[in-house]
Amino acid sequence: MIETLRMYLAYPFVRYAVIVGVLTALCASLLGVSLVLKRFSFIGDGLSHVAFGAMAIAAVLHVANSMLIVLPVTVLCAILLLRPGQNAKIRGDAAIAILSVGSLGIGYLLMNIFSTSSNLSGDVCSSLFGSTSILTLSSAEVALCIAVSVIVIGCFIFFYHKIFAVTFDESFAQATGTDAEKFNLLIAVIVAVIIVLAMNLVGSLLISALIIFPALSAMRLFSSFLSVTVCSAVLSVVCTLTGMLGSILWETPVGSTIVAVDIAAFLICCLISRVRRA
Amino acid sequence: MALITCHDVTLGYEGTVLVEDLNFEIGSGDYLCILGENGSGKSTLIRTLLHLQDPVKGTVTEGDGLRKNEIGYLPQQTLVQKDFPASVEEIVLSGCLGRSGFRPFYTKEEKALAGKNMERLGILDLKKRCYRELSGGQQQRVLLARSLCATQKILLLDEPVSGLDPKAALEMYDLIAQLNRESGITVIMVTHDMVSIRYATHILHIGDGWFFGTKDEYLSSPAGSSFAGLYETEQKEGE
Repeated sequence: MIETLRMYLAYPFVRYAVIVGVLTALCASLLGVSLVLKRFSFIGDGLSHVAFGAMAIAAVLHVANSMLIVLPVTVLCAILLLRPGQNAKIRGDAAIAILSVGSLGIGYLLMNIFSTSSNLSGDVCSSLFGSTSILTLSSAEVALCIAVSVIVIGCFIFFYHKIFAVTFDESFAQATGTDAEKFNLLIAVIVAVIIVLAMNLVGSLLISALIIFPALSAMRLFSSFLSVTVCSAVLSVVCTLTGMLGSILWETPVGSTIVAVDIAAFLICCLISRVRRA
Repeated sequence: MALITCHDVTLGYEGTVLVEDLNFEIGSGDYLCILGENGSGKSTLIRTLLHLQDPVKGTVTEGDGLRKNEIGYLPQQTLVQKDFPASVEEIVLSGCLGRSGFRPFYTKEEKALAGKNMERLGILDLKKRCYRELSGGQQQRVLLARSLCATQKILLLDEPVSGLDPKAALEMYDLIAQLNRESGITVIMVTHDMVSIRYATHILHIGDGWFFGTKDEYLSSPAGSSFAGLYETEQKEGE
């Protein structure tokens, strides 16, 4: 078994995949705690569908680098969703549902009408469930991913206390001089960037898993914000590594294997907290 | 000079006027209760005093060296907070954030201030405990300690006893009165509950116009006596 792993890890593309995978999982899990607590668990799902729709538009317009369209559109939608909506007409879960279902539908419609590929359902399936694209990353893409992750993690550490305050109590933070709106905006932008990054890894449909499972598992075990955040990051990295290596050994799809490991970890954490309380 | 002065303030939203030409001052050491029915504009007034929202007309000004973000605010609890995984210490410390600017960590002085305020409210032994495991009364003390980290001058409390049992509610009122008397902290409290005005020095009643004055003036005014009458009936029924 170790021989097989060593053989695979000798290939640079496998090493690239592992690096990108671990970094995206780490970034997603850091913000996951805040998103789950703000009752935005489904934002990963919603935004990833938006990214899918934007990708379809990019494909139809024959834009060479689809990121130029996908990233701005996703960031914009994230800002719209996370904006503190005292007076918004449609808010919370309904707004996410509208954006998510709408862009999924329109995206598929566009791809269908203007399709240039002969294997349409294959294309759709791979962008929803994650594809082999994580195994075809170029060194430039890996460098971009590392740079973005460093920025995201840096921002998170630098603004950690503010992110905590804004998550726990937005009106208090605003009233005592922390610009809550600015930090909501920051969180929205970071989330959008992570989602666009993670699409390469697990595909749109499974991004939610990267965001919510580590956070929920950590909340079963720990009771302070700091320990929950650290535990969520560690769990996420461990699960992603296990999932990726597992998918190599058992020749299963990368994204779904990672999610399966995340679910297993969540169940174990639930069990531990049950036993502890008894 | 007054800490906060409201001059000709009109409150409302989207074309609906709630209160017109409101004039009042809050001096240092005052204990002001804001009374009024649901929907009368109490929450809008609070948001305006905190500068979270602009009045339709008029001005709210701070005096006596009070800075805009120096009002310690105790908001009503939200759904999010009920099961929030955070330790008491983390929450109390977050009251110091307003003055930290871009600094990404807490200083020794801020940690000492948080410790002092936890001790003052008798929750120092809970400091490592998880917020979601505390009783309602303890949770309110934690949030009160957090507001005290943000200010030493003035507290604005939005229905601080909602959801508490009667005993915890009385303890909360005593605690607030003690902060007012012994530390000279000015208190503005929104309330529904007649018991709470026992400690008040001034009353602001909104709804069908408005009334502002000392507690004695209020109790002898028509609005006040009808409100107080309600309270007395309640008391008698309780006996």
